[in-house]
Amino acid sequence: MANVEVANVGKSFAGRPVLSQLDLAIDAGELICLLGPSGCGKTTLLRIIAGFIAPDAGRVRVGGADVTDMAASARRMGMVFQAYSLFPNMTALENVRFGPRVAGVAKAEQTTRARSLLDMVGLSEHEHKYAHQLSGGQQQRVALARALAVQPQVLLLDEPLSALDAKVRVQLREEIQRIQRETGVTTILVTHDQEEALSIADRVAVMHQGRLLQVDRPAAIYREPADGFVARFIGSGAVLSGVTEGAAVRAGGRLLPASAAGAHPAGRAVDLFLRPEHVRIAPMAEAGPDAVIGEIRGTVFLGAQTRVHMVLADGASLWADLPSVQAEGLTIGVRVVARWDEAAPRVLPTTG
Amino acid sequence: MTRMGVGGWLTLSFGAVFFMVPLVMTLAFSLWEGGDRYGFEAYHLLLASPQLPEAFLLSVELALSTIAALLLLLVPGMIFMNIYAPGLRPAFEFVATLPFVIPAIALVAGLTSLFSGPEWLIGTPFYLVIPYFFLALPFVYRALDVGLRAIDLTVLTEAGQSLGASLPQIIFLVIVPSLRTALVGSALLTLAVVIGEFTFANVLLFRTFAVFMNQVGRHEAQGAAALSVAAFLLTWAAMLAVLLAGRGKTKSPGDA
Ligand SMILES: Nc1ncnc2c1ncn2[C@@H]1O[C@H](COP(=O)(O)OP(=O)(O)OP(=O)(O)O)[C@@H](O)[C@H]1O
Ligand SMILES: [Mg+2]
Repeated sequence: MANVEVANVGKSFAGRPVLSQLDLAIDAGELICLLGPSGCGKTTLLRIIAGFIAPDAGRVRVGGADVTDMAASARRMGMVFQAYSLFPNMTALENVRFGPRVAGVAKAEQTTRARSLLDMVGLSEHEHKYAHQLSGGQQQRVALARALAVQPQVLLLDEPLSALDAKVRVQLREEIQRIQRETGVTTILVTHDQEEALSIADRVAVMHQGRLLQVDRPAAIYREPADGFVARFIGSGAVLSGVTEGAAVRAGGRLLPASAAGAHPAGRAVDLFLRPEHVRIAPMAEAGPDAVIGEIRGTVFLGAQTRVHMVLADGASLWADLPSVQAEGLTIGVRVVARWDEAAPRVLPTTG
Repeated sequence: MTRMGVGGWLTLSFGAVFFMVPLVMTLAFSLWEGGDRYGFEAYHLLLASPQLPEAFLLSVELALSTIAALLLLLVPGMIFMNIYAPGLRPAFEFVATLPFVIPAIALVAGLTSLFSGPEWLIGTPFYLVIPYFFLALPFVYRALDVGLRAIDLTVLTEAGQSLGASLPQIIFLVIVPSLRTALVGSALLTLAVVIGEFTFANVLLFRTFAVFMNQVGRHEAQGAAALSVAAFLLTWAAMLAVLLAGRGKTKSPGDA
């Protein structure tokens, strides 16, 4: 297992920068997810690491060795692609055996290795099937086994699950996590599905417009977004713009409690981020002088919980997740008091 | 399978009649021995002719050489174009369509004006491989193009590279076997084109199968009809043999 170091990497296509001065250090044995909106450069970064694209600037090091100028076929990186990529002229077993075969591994050893990997991905019974006889999920499992068969230094996965339906996707991402733990191979998974990234990654790297905004554990990314983009991109919730005033933010002529505001100089333009699970609703009878009052605009039933949409006096939106039994009594147009723990909101300086 | 409606059966029957009638008529004519007598006379005469095996063998040899020349040039060429220079596709398309728009007789005229050169080239019937190459080019190009479009060449190549394979290994172990159906198709089309080609061989005075058939036809019509039927059955058997042989071990995505 090897660590990966991306240092100061830049890449432009036709004069348009796609990656700029990007640094990323990945520990040996780590499962890291590159997460970002479409077109932010995730695939480009992954293909630079794989050796399919040469960066305009910067270096890529694997296990301390500089591989920037090394051919893709010499890098020993297993790759699983978004598009189905099994060799159509070979069975599942022959596909998995391909890497060891071209590396000159003895035939018996090729087969043993391929069988045990097919077993690991749960496809022992399908070893004689061709790609067109396998489902999408099964094809990606074979592709994973095939990538692992070369005993890669690094495993690269470019949205391997995006073509699969929701249920298979959840099942397979858990399997990827299990296999990654079992093999201990350093893994980079590209995705634009935040749930996927947050649920399986050791660390998540959030990308936007060719830059890394934050690289951290999933819980930290969710609870302490370092940046307004990350806060908006990850999870859901309200964004209220205002200025700091002690341990609160003044927005729309009202003081919104937020102890984090105290960390900023008074009068600073900030955005206050509030997750729906932190907001509670109380009847108007409990409204005090400083109460934040909202009018209910709609509810979305999510199963155990119901998400309630409120609009404040200045037109800003706020969401609250309530147990569904409790939300049943709410009707649209009713005015309620919104409350939250003052430690809950995240306060970040306004950008742009 | 969904059931075929009346319209489907009608279309199918019409197609069958359309293709079968000329064949059946040719067969009947080849068996006709004047009056109301029918028999295998024409076939006996044909088999007795010493030139038949010679002419047929020459045509088959020409076909095989043409197939080899076309595939050796086009398969690697088209793979590289698709991976490294997809921008050249229009140029390839243009060149591959040219033989369709240039009439055969113009090609012959051009070729005969160049009909001077080293004896080893122009002295043998294999000189015909040059015009046949161009005649069959559009068909082979089309067949290979369809085959290449059916597989994601870039992804397969990159997958192979990430597994440590060199480009030649990827081409011979992955791409060419995946193109099996297209390769068989190209070979059969070339075979059909070369076996049936008359103009070039006749003008350049080589005695190929088609030229032989024409000569027979001039003296006895029944003989020519018998030859057509025999040629049809032979070609058909050859195609069947190739298809059956190819079905063995590997499967292409097209097969179910
Ligand atoms: N070969 C190329 N030539 C020109 N532009 C390119 C090329 N490859 C990528 N780009 C551009 O670079 C940008 C980043 O592309 P990239 O594929 O890395 O995005 P991504 O984050 O993987 O997006 P997605 O989630 O949609 O896959 C895009 O704007 C894309 O149009
Ligand atoms: Mg991508």
